[in-house]
Amino acid sequence: MDQDVLELGNVRFNSRLFTGTGKFAAHAHIPAMLAASGSQMITVALRRVDSHSPSENILEYIPKDVILLPNTSGARNAEQAVRVARIAREVGCGDFIKIEVITDMKYLMPDNYETLRATEILAKEGFVVLPYVLPDLPLAKRLESAGAAAVMPLGAPIGTNRGLETKTLIALLIENCTVPIVVDAGIGRPSHAAAAMEMGADAVLVNTAIATAHDPAAMGKAFSLAVQAGRMAYLAKMAEESSLARASSPLTGFLN
Amino acid sequence: MLLKVNGVEEECADTNLAELVAAKGLRRDSLVVELNGSIIKQELWQTTGLHDGDQVELLNFVGGG
Repeated sequence: MDQDVLELGNVRFNSRLFTGTGKFAAHAHIPAMLAASGSQMITVALRRVDSHSPSENILEYIPKDVILLPNTSGARNAEQAVRVARIAREVGCGDFIKIEVITDMKYLMPDNYETLRATEILAKEGFVVLPYVLPDLPLAKRLESAGAAAVMPLGAPIGTNRGLETKTLIALLIENCTVPIVVDAGIGRPSHAAAAMEMGADAVLVNTAIATAHDPAAMGKAFSLAVQAGRMAYLAKMAEESSLARASSPLTGFLN
Repeated sequence: MLLKVNGVEEECADTNLAELVAAKGLRRDSLVVELNGSIIKQELWQTTGLHDGDQVELLNFVGGG
């Protein structure tokens, strides 16, 4: 397991748990969560400042050795996503970008078409592009061809904590894609994360379930352990299921 | 002069970006400034003049997933 690293954009990740900075009751929980979980990449968002209620600088709460993954949330088309990505890179947030293009405000479903267009543009500009999408195999193959560094299918709508509702579709991506598959959104419990990793997902991205837990640091640690357990189980190759019972003890040599 | 700041038109007496940022009481360290679609680095705010009709975006990073 020591050699089991995930490589994205020439960065080697020992932790397969990516995290987010949204929804924490206080930014001060973020460094404690990162330390407890061992997460090496965390998302941030870019917004217009509210001059009436100036906020803290969230970047101060993220240790320098943690990779920033700016997202393009708020973008409603590819051009807006591209703009956010370029701004983030220009101000020193690095080359990683999570493409998030959403026009459906009820279910926050990603717009796969616009996401593909943004991926095509940004991959050519040398970004490490992580597109957040509905799990759709033909689209995932197009994202691969366009130069995406990974594909990030949703398990369930953002913030719902309902787990792997799209499990069978994610499985198709895992079986057929060459780029890493990172399950993003909807993962509400450590057991959901473990299940994703057991299936062969390369990583998971968890924000709401950690940030809104009563103890975010402890929950970060719980997710970290679940991700490690799921990954280890996947690598160990699961035992076969059977519809009939198979005795674990010998059926001969009874004492009667 | 009339500027459009974060999508809202406002009358402004500030002559450069540094003055505008100071007048709004914003923290400089975390602020990203875009002027007419181009990012202006902090060291250039003082020497970047403002003109009637300029579009200024004042941005920062916030929590997000």
